[in-house]
Amino acid sequence: MNKAAERLYNGIIKENPTFVLMLGMCPTLAVTTSAINGLGMGLTTAVVLTLSNMIISLLRNVIPDKVRIPAFIVIIASFVTMMQMLLQAYLPFLYDALGIYIPLIVVNCIILGRAESYASKNPVIPSMFDGIGMGLGFSLALTCIGAVRELLGAGDLFGFHVLPTADHPWMIGGSSISFYTPASIFVLAPGAFFVLAFLTALQNRVKRNGEKKGRDMSKIQSGCSHDCLSCGETGCEHRFYDTQGADAPVGKVPAKEQKAAEKNAEAKEKEEQ
Amino acid sequence: MTELRELLIILVSSSIVSNVVLSQFLGLCPFLGVSKKVNTAAGMGTALIFVITLSSTVAGVIYQYILVPNHIEYLQTIVFILVIAALVQFVEMVLKKYMKALYEALGVYLPLITTNCAVLGVALTNVQKEYGIVTGIVNGFATALGFTISIVILAGLREKMAYNDVPESFQGMPIVLLTAGLMAIAFCGFSGLL
Repeated sequence: MNKAAERLYNGIIKENPTFVLMLGMCPTLAVTTSAINGLGMGLTTAVVLTLSNMIISLLRNVIPDKVRIPAFIVIIASFVTMMQMLLQAYLPFLYDALGIYIPLIVVNCIILGRAESYASKNPVIPSMFDGIGMGLGFSLALTCIGAVRELLGAGDLFGFHVLPTADHPWMIGGSSISFYTPASIFVLAPGAFFVLAFLTALQNRVKRNGEKKGRDMSKIQSGCSHDCLSCGETGCEHRFYDTQGADAPVGKVPAKEQKAAEKNAEAKEKEEQ
Repeated sequence: MTELRELLIILVSSSIVSNVVLSQFLGLCPFLGVSKKVNTAAGMGTALIFVITLSSTVAGVIYQYILVPNHIEYLQTIVFILVIAALVQFVEMVLKKYMKALYEALGVYLPLITTNCAVLGVALTNVQKEYGIVTGIVNGFATALGFTISIVILAGLREKMAYNDVPESFQGMPIVLLTAGLMAIAFCGFSGLL
């Protein structure tokens, strides 16, 4: 039982997929226009993650190593299709609000990442709780971001009018108070980028402060989605895939020399300018 | 004539008005990761135009001629993701064998594209909006073109920004995200175009 509690804590706080690992940025930005949408997306992902973790863990000794990624993707895609049909039937408002981002859960790197790094190596019960923990962590993060955007952009929270805006003022003793003007840019696309920018800036700060005090902060990615397959940063020390092909893992080589060379090149460029 | 007009409208709306990265948030990982230099950004964009145009063709044909006649449309997500993954591998092998020059220009970026959500996103959008095969191909091309436009602009801005004095906490990713946000505001201006 201790193991289960540890997995939950790990997913929600210690390795929170959004706030610490920065995985799955596409849905994080796209569906957090309101707290309800964020919560719906988070819980849908959580269900898919838990079920796929369980099945992958059950089949971990059956799936041959060479075809594991396609096999994982088929399992995940099946559960996503099931969730899509269930949402369409029972929660049509959420289905309409999330739209194309429900089938796109398939390519969410949190799910494939957990399958690859945890579920394919561990027994069923811990894998299940790992899925629940990570899923709840993701839901929590999306709900928080959604709540911030909804509050700043519309003055609402979970669909209720919270701040006094011109449309919905507070009535106190016969006089109406409306001091908040909604900054509707936060509900629109640019707001998502701004919210995420400030979030990663905060991460940077926490990481810097922690490192000054001598704590190990290597878990905090601050901007890296850990999706080395679709990232072109060749000088990255966290990189574990070669750019030449997905099938050639290079291992975690801290490319210090490469970095030094890059710095030299940059200095030269500056001089030339 | 009306059909041509429709295609033109799709071309403009998918590439500029509802830009794939800046208003739909698809393909963010390469958008943020491969945008340090204009050259590599343009390479990534070209490879994506190539793959998305091809994959929306194949996905459209499979959807119209296999899934719809057999009434198994609900399998679209599984089928599309497998088709795209196989297609990218196949394209890479063909280019390597028969078109050396093109492979040398695009080869590095091809494996990066398999996990790009924009590719699957386009295939699904084509189905959702009930586009035919030709319309779907045009939509795919336009979407990828929009990606290329925005990633090249971002790379140009980042090249200039490398010499700026950025506050400590905002160094690295945060300032890139802020730039992308400002670009998204600029692209909002196109929404009155259609």
